[in-house]
Amino acid sequence: MKNLTNRSKVVSDKKMSFTERIYLPAILSGMRITFGHLFRKKTTVQYPEVQRQFSDIYRGKHVLKRDDEGRERCTACGLCAVACPAEAITMVAAERNPGEERLYREEKYAAVYEINMLRCIFCGDCEEACPKEAIFLTPEIVRAGYRRDKFIYGKDELVEPADPAKRIGVSKRQTPEVLEFKKDKRQKHNK
Amino acid sequence: MTVYLIYKTLLASMILVLSLVVAMYSTLIERKMAGWFQDRHGPNRAGPWGLLQPLADGIKLFFKEEFMPAAADRFLYILGPSLTMFIALLTSAVIPWGPDLVINGVNYPLQVADVNIGILYIFAILSVGVYGIMIGGWASNNKYALLGAVRASSQMISYELAMSLSIVAIVMMTGSLSMREIVAQQQGFNWNIIYQPLGFLIFLICAFAETNRSPFDLPECETELVGGYHTEYSSMKLGFYLFAEYINMFISGAVMATLFLGGYHFPGLDKLGLPPNLFALVSFMALFLKITFFGFIYMWVRWTIPRFRYDQLMKLGWKNLIPLAVLNIVVTGVVILFAR
Repeated sequence: MKNLTNRSKVVSDKKMSFTERIYLPAILSGMRITFGHLFRKKTTVQYPEVQRQFSDIYRGKHVLKRDDEGRERCTACGLCAVACPAEAITMVAAERNPGEERLYREEKYAAVYEINMLRCIFCGDCEEACPKEAIFLTPEIVRAGYRRDKFIYGKDELVEPADPAKRIGVSKRQTPEVLEFKKDKRQKHNK
Repeated sequence: MTVYLIYKTLLASMILVLSLVVAMYSTLIERKMAGWFQDRHGPNRAGPWGLLQPLADGIKLFFKEEFMPAAADRFLYILGPSLTMFIALLTSAVIPWGPDLVINGVNYPLQVADVNIGILYIFAILSVGVYGIMIGGWASNNKYALLGAVRASSQMISYELAMSLSIVAIVMMTGSLSMREIVAQQQGFNWNIIYQPLGFLIFLICAFAETNRSPFDLPECETELVGGYHTEYSSMKLGFYLFAEYINMFISGAVMATLFLGGYHFPGLDKLGLPPNLFALVSFMALFLKITFFGFIYMWVRWTIPRFRYDQLMKLGWKNLIPLAVLNIVVTGVVILFAR
């Protein structure tokens, strides 16, 4: 029969030779290999002390951005929730009252904005869908926890601090080129 | 007489504590070695270098739920691990740990009991050791536990034969069954391993089987038997079983060092002219070093070789090791006859 690949091996049921039958040579060569491993560099990363370098475009915990004047950018349009394949995002919209212009950028804002971090698959479709440049995935990781309900992150954990010094830098994906691309009129949400 | 009794009691309890501490830290070293062999660090969070890990494990085991299967035989179920632990600690009584201590001109031997049939005592105790496993496996009323126990007993019987036969050659050479006498004859570099390499190899292989260590850990064989004889055990009863294995490792290392590697003798050590008590201490350290070496071999092999299949195990024991051991006896006998 013709071989489909060159990797096939003929299986034989031949009698073991004397050296194979007494096991010891094979055992000793195995022990030599494991002994070599004693002095190898360990592959473990000692996590809390040593942190692994993330990729520049790592998609981690979300952040809700503010604009340059410290106003929340999100207008609760719901496009991120629609785009979310895991249905992890929920929000409640509210109307901006007079006097709140310094808090919210537009007339409508998200009174409640929750992401279930256990559902989220960190695909980044929400930031892709956002027409207001309001949501981004940061290189921060979502912390481990003991209770499931602690993984539903509300605005208190998602919105970045108003203090300009404490703003959360978003990943390299928010480059001018990306922003330009997002303004592209061929994109559905920009029409 | 009273002083003598107090000394013996003190020595026995010191050896007891020593075996327990060594066994405790063997668990840590075992896990460390497992890590290193697999390019990991091993436990290193509890205390510096993980030194408190055995303590944490012990505390954890004590606080675990003490579960007993409804259909288990209560008395035997508790007897199993207790017996295993008890037997494991008994063996150390006849091992000579070092030359005599001299206090106020009186010699105190570093050996709890200098029985003139020391080797026979060790074999007797070792063969009783399997009862703990058998009783535990039987009392659990679980098919996996029972299978593990059956395997343990037949494995013990098979390998004990070859083990004892390999020792017969040593006894022929030294002409004594006393451990002290055997060590005394190996002074300097006159170690038995040089005259009995085959006997040593057989004894080493059988020691692996007797302590249920990989590659002969078929009684607890996780892949086939869940947990083997201790499937139904939890809490400190399980801890006793696991702990006894490490004590057995330590003691069998001591027995092997005593019988084959010259016990507490080390080449050139007796020529240093040390004061007797210091000499005893240094000699003990030499013995301890040898035991550590065997402990390392045990772990090295465990993290290298996969488990034997059961038929391979039986074939190796009955068809290879026993004939080899008999051959060893015959050759030794012929050599002794002609050397005279």
